[in-house]
Amino acid sequence: MSDIAFVRKNEIPASPPPITEMGIIGWMKQNLFSSWWNSFLTLFSLYFITMLVAEILPWAWGGHWNTKSLRECLDLNPNVACFSVLTARWKQLLFGLYPAEEYWRPTLTFFLLILSIIPILFPRFIRFIWFSIIYPGLALWLLWGGSFWSVAIVYIGISFGVVLYFLLSPRLIKSASLGLSLAILLTIIFFLFIAGGMVDLLTELLPINLPFVESLKFGGFTLSLIVGVTGIVASFPIGILLALGRQSKNLPLVKMICVGFIEFIRGVPLITLLFVASVLLNYFLPPGTNFDIVLRVIIMVTLFSAAYMAEVIRGGLAGLAIGQHEASASLGLTYWQSQRLIIMPQALKISIPGIVNTFIGLFKDTTLVSIISLRDPVGLASTIRADAKWNGIYWELYIAIGLMFFIFCFGMSKYSQYLEKKLKTDN
Amino acid sequence: MSSANVLGEKFKLGMLLSDTRYRATSLQVITFIIFVAVFFWLVDNTLKNLALMGKDVSFSFLGMRAGYDINQRLISYTNDSTHARAALVGILNTLLVAFVGCLIATVVGIFVGILRLSKNWIVARLMSIYIEGFRNVPVLLWIVMIFALLTELTPAPKAFKGDNPEASMLFFDSVAVTNRGTYLPMPVMGDGAYWIIIGLCLSVIAIIYFSKYSKALKEKTGKGLPIFWISVCALIIPFFLMYFLLGKPITFNYPYLKGFNFKDGIHLRNSFLALTFALAIYTSAFIGEIVRSGILAISKGQTEAASALGIRPNKIMSLIILPQALRVIVPPMISQYLNLTKNSSLAIAVGYMDVRGTLGGITLNQTGRELESMLLLMGFYLSVSLLISSVINYFNRSFQMVVR
Repeated sequence: MSDIAFVRKNEIPASPPPITEMGIIGWMKQNLFSSWWNSFLTLFSLYFITMLVAEILPWAWGGHWNTKSLRECLDLNPNVACFSVLTARWKQLLFGLYPAEEYWRPTLTFFLLILSIIPILFPRFIRFIWFSIIYPGLALWLLWGGSFWSVAIVYIGISFGVVLYFLLSPRLIKSASLGLSLAILLTIIFFLFIAGGMVDLLTELLPINLPFVESLKFGGFTLSLIVGVTGIVASFPIGILLALGRQSKNLPLVKMICVGFIEFIRGVPLITLLFVASVLLNYFLPPGTNFDIVLRVIIMVTLFSAAYMAEVIRGGLAGLAIGQHEASASLGLTYWQSQRLIIMPQALKISIPGIVNTFIGLFKDTTLVSIISLRDPVGLASTIRADAKWNGIYWELYIAIGLMFFIFCFGMSKYSQYLEKKLKTDN
Repeated sequence: MSSANVLGEKFKLGMLLSDTRYRATSLQVITFIIFVAVFFWLVDNTLKNLALMGKDVSFSFLGMRAGYDINQRLISYTNDSTHARAALVGILNTLLVAFVGCLIATVVGIFVGILRLSKNWIVARLMSIYIEGFRNVPVLLWIVMIFALLTELTPAPKAFKGDNPEASMLFFDSVAVTNRGTYLPMPVMGDGAYWIIIGLCLSVIAIIYFSKYSKALKEKTGKGLPIFWISVCALIIPFFLMYFLLGKPITFNYPYLKGFNFKDGIHLRNSFLALTFALAIYTSAFIGEIVRSGILAISKGQTEAASALGIRPNKIMSLIILPQALRVIVPPMISQYLNLTKNSSLAIAVGYMDVRGTLGGITLNQTGRELESMLLLMGFYLSVSLLISSVINYFNRSFQMVVR
């Protein structure tokens, strides 16, 4: 028994996995060539991508940027892109017919927009929220121009009302609702009788004026952004109210009106609503009223997406356990307190993807204003294509416009994914 | 009031708003008053405006001569027909685009959605690009762009001319793609063609009954019949038998070049093609996402349990995952169909005469009946949407998860 030839005393060190199972080769084997069918798909896709790149890259890379017309491009080299149309017309695509010497105004408004969004998007900067509150008025004044005070007066009036409410209600008047009504009444009186004179006075004393630009001059991405952003901001609270109205149990009449409104709006295409705005609205308003077409469009787009928003939020509300309502009621919270503190934060969290999808839809739908002959980028593309110099151009123009929309919409959807991840509290 | 007295409180006016016993009622009363007031204000304004313009509300214009031509139509129509007939042509055109668009969107969408879940990395990435690319760009842009491509990139009919033409027809000289539209062969029904159609219908009915019988047999004995191959035979063999026995009654009318244009065959205008394709591709991106999330919504435990039972992968998909996923997929998919139908009103951008183009476009402009035309138009879209949402509700009710 002593002639055992070999006894292993120590453990063999673990050998590395086979080269085909690790690193890049292992990854490729797992993800690209796991079966003959998969290998075929991979090769086919690669072929497809190569063909596409071989087609597009030389076309885009060698593109002309500095010619005067499409004819000139074709004479130089017909096989490459003619981006000169963008060089020649980019101002129009961005600003429409906005006067050239005032381009700084929409540009500034756009950058201020980014600044004002930051406190809302990222809670770290919440202390700058005052800027987001000021921004709408500022943007209104910058874009349309006119006297600074005619916009500022709105803020002055509202803050007057708020201050009045806080002064009146705890000290002089016991009942909160009576104080509120009084404050609202006085604010309305302020706007009706004092505001006009005050604007004139302030304009005289301290004239801060910008040249007035009428709405029909607006166009390009400026218009898309104005309609889109205003619609998004306004449709959100309206959508919440509509959703709450539709959910309410002890107000059957309110519920009926909300359901009717939501179903009506969701049942007709936006384009018919826009036609109502442009053709029919004059029927419904007192004779002789004629208000701004851009404003009309914004109102219609807002109402349209508010109805969709309401349905999305209703889905979130329905996804909430009934115990949440009961628990908050048993804590003694009032309806609005429980909505604000308990229900809405959870319901909105559930419905983030739907809400952002509605926003994206709204932003894309702003292109429809071209059908009622406002000059949004898609409408401008047709105008440019009708120009003798650029007649026959298509890829370059549409790619540029599509890319702009893609950046905004894709950015929004990425942000919603980030938000979802950040707010995720379950495991 | 009585309960207030029990507690010894006096009724105050403020209690109408602050006391939960009265608040609901008083809020409703306020809402009702506001609602009625706004309603009457709008009606009053409308009546005043109509009186100012010297108009009345009447739908008699529908019976008058339309006087305009519609180049793409499914039913006979001339410019001597009435406005009502024009509206009907428009409605049918809308429904045609919606139907074809939904069909293509469903097929492409399911394909894309399933491939996006593929284990193949590169295919999954390509499908993500497809979905993100198409759904993040406005559909109007797609419509206009595809229309521009169809008219600019395709050859003019005269390019097909001569002994050595620049362009040639596809599929054995049967399909011509030109900048005036695409021409397809038109099937011509000869004597006895209807017998073949009846025969096909009978085959389909037979197949349905056969598959039911086969299922029952399988549940009873454990052994089924090869449903697929027998169905294919049942469909094809009688068709060809009848086709040849009846002396080839179905022939095709091929398009051919005459003068500067193609004659005969089915003429699909570029406006129709661009609208349908753009809507279909755009919607397919959304359907792809719906299909993907529907499949992902089925928990992985289902797949694992099925494979623990020894079911093969493709059977797991068709027997375990899809039936459950369909419950999640179908309602949003139907609402995508509704979206596609509503988006078809963008037809005006490429000049396709849908109901918005006829009733809400030329008829409205010619007769000056904005109010009536828009009401009818909205009524049409509303009824389509109500119909579709009742289908969704029916589906939800009949396929609800059975909870024990």
